[in-house]
Amino acid sequence: MNYERIKDKLNILADAAKYDVSCSSSGSNRKNKTNGLGNAEGMGICHSYTPDGRCVSLLKILLTNYCIYDCAYCVTRISNDIKRAAFKVQEVVDLTINFYRRNYIEGLFLSSGIFKSPDHTMERLIQVAKKLRLEENFNGYIHLKSIPGASDELMYEAGLYADRLSVNIEIPTKEGLKLLAPDKNRKDFLQPMNKVKNEIQKYKSERKLIKSTPKYAPAGQSTQMIVGATNETDAEVMYTATYLYKKYNMKRVYYSGYIPISYDSRLPAIGTEVPMLRENRLYQTDWLLRFYGFSIEELLNKNHPNLDSDIDPKLSWALRNLHHFPIDINKSDKQLLARVPGLGMKSVYKILHGRKYRKLNWEHLQKMGVALNRAKYFITCDSRNFETKDYTPAQIKYKILSTSQTKYKNILSQQLNLFG
Amino acid sequence: MTYFLYDGSFEGLLTSIFEVYEYKLDKVSICKISTYEKGFFNKEIEVITQQEKSIRLQKGIIKMGSALDFSQIYRAFLSELNGVEDLILNYTQYLFTEKRSVAKDYANKYVLEISQIVKKIGREKHRMDAFVRFRLTKDNIYFATVAPDFNVLPLNEAHFRKRYADQKWCIYDLKRNYGIFYDLHKTEIISLDLPTNILSSSEEFFKPEELHFQQLWKNYFKSTTISSRINKKLHQQHVPKRYWKYLSEKYLQV
Repeated sequence: MNYERIKDKLNILADAAKYDVSCSSSGSNRKNKTNGLGNAEGMGICHSYTPDGRCVSLLKILLTNYCIYDCAYCVTRISNDIKRAAFKVQEVVDLTINFYRRNYIEGLFLSSGIFKSPDHTMERLIQVAKKLRLEENFNGYIHLKSIPGASDELMYEAGLYADRLSVNIEIPTKEGLKLLAPDKNRKDFLQPMNKVKNEIQKYKSERKLIKSTPKYAPAGQSTQMIVGATNETDAEVMYTATYLYKKYNMKRVYYSGYIPISYDSRLPAIGTEVPMLRENRLYQTDWLLRFYGFSIEELLNKNHPNLDSDIDPKLSWALRNLHHFPIDINKSDKQLLARVPGLGMKSVYKILHGRKYRKLNWEHLQKMGVALNRAKYFITCDSRNFETKDYTPAQIKYKILSTSQTKYKNILSQQLNLFG
Repeated sequence: MTYFLYDGSFEGLLTSIFEVYEYKLDKVSICKISTYEKGFFNKEIEVITQQEKSIRLQKGIIKMGSALDFSQIYRAFLSELNGVEDLILNYTQYLFTEKRSVAKDYANKYVLEISQIVKKIGREKHRMDAFVRFRLTKDNIYFATVAPDFNVLPLNEAHFRKRYADQKWCIYDLKRNYGIFYDLHKTEIISLDLPTNILSSSEEFFKPEELHFQQLWKNYFKSTTISSRINKKLHQQHVPKRYWKYLSEKYLQV
């Protein structure tokens, strides 16, 4: 192994891959049955965290950053004057195995610029995964990128070796895509997604009958949208996400605040701040939809097309729907408890179990870790003291904001100055 | 106050709790014999660890409560925190008065405290799954040193055994001076006289390619960072400084 050359390639191709947000290594069920190397069961592990606070779980690299496309939002677009490099298949295999054996990573996340043709690129990605599985007896996590426009046959093969497949739709709206990636077609993204979804369903139903059915993409599919590159609303982003979750059974949709990388006049200028607060609010909404039983119409609709930046989407919903509250912490069912601002699913779980033994009061809730500064306006418990006054939503919001801290203080106070 | 002094093993602790019931005493405290400080008015009972008593108590806890109660107790024990023995005694007594599993009775003081300790243990166990960095020695053993806040290696053993079934490996706890060694067939507990320069010197103990891979890893770590999103506080929250000396991506100079 020529370490110097590998180092140069790794620097270029890891740098180019870092804008893909997904680093998840959970949700698969691949056991190390053969006394080989590795497993991908249950929860993922973040082996390190970069100084930007993001998790490092997988070796995330591009096979190459040569690309025939010219998507304005992408670093590796053909018109961008950057260093190009390409790994050989065996080099990626060796790096993955050596990193994995040292417990640096959970597996490989392999993506690529599109060289020659989508099929040609997809074929190479599959070669890496196949080699890892069949020659190295590797059972760790493999995430492959589905290349937009790749054929159904190749997508079928990819799922036999990969744990997860993903194709990033990147731009939430059709119009945005037309503006920023004129040579790409939305259909090209959705077709591989659809093929993989169908195969996953087919394999699942076959496994019910024949237990030895081999695995097909056991960790499912994910995708990513860039936010803040075009002027889409939060509602547009989240309705697209909801569509993808439902129609294609996505395991995850990631939201990536646009990082300015181009002087293209169609895009936010270099130096524009990454919309991290917005990203955060979108993820909160995503969680409310997937784990808290909210429907998208409750959180975002015609009258309310964008999320509040100063308060979280659950609190925002609760303030618009005060007629549901207060609820009794000792009697309400799980779905209702999950809707109380300040109660996360962990607190809900503790309350549901704890109240089987005794009625819970404020002290119990506080010790369990409930954020009472928010929750107290929306609940009653086994105590005579509770917020009896009929506050207006604005009053509650003011009271909560004045008793809470936020890491986004700077951004929020700037906004206040703008509008105030 | 009567002090039950035990040898520091988990079986010893279970034997002590068993004997608290045998002696029918109510003002008691359980201490490790090694850290116990003699007091003038203290009454002491030295506990001799007995497999039979410890197994009977274990079965009793699982039968009266559940397997979860027992695992909570074991995990809390691994914290080695001051006074955790008395907390475990209180928990066990509460379980036997309630005559049912109390593991999820979060409004009870002892249960909540135990569950909070167990959470810390789980976090530390998970950190070790993540932060172990193997280095390949000249005799082909993937070797790592750690110094976890709590004695969690027994909890990590299964994970590493399943994952690295086809390589010899050893994870060594420098703080407690023992390690787990896997020889391709089984794991065993070992104690080594480690040279003091094991962390710093590469050439002496490790294969020549070892340093190359550490450097590649460090390079990868740097390249995958997005500088316009730097968030040092979050970074340190996830990777507290005390772990940095075991992470080549943090300590290695390129």
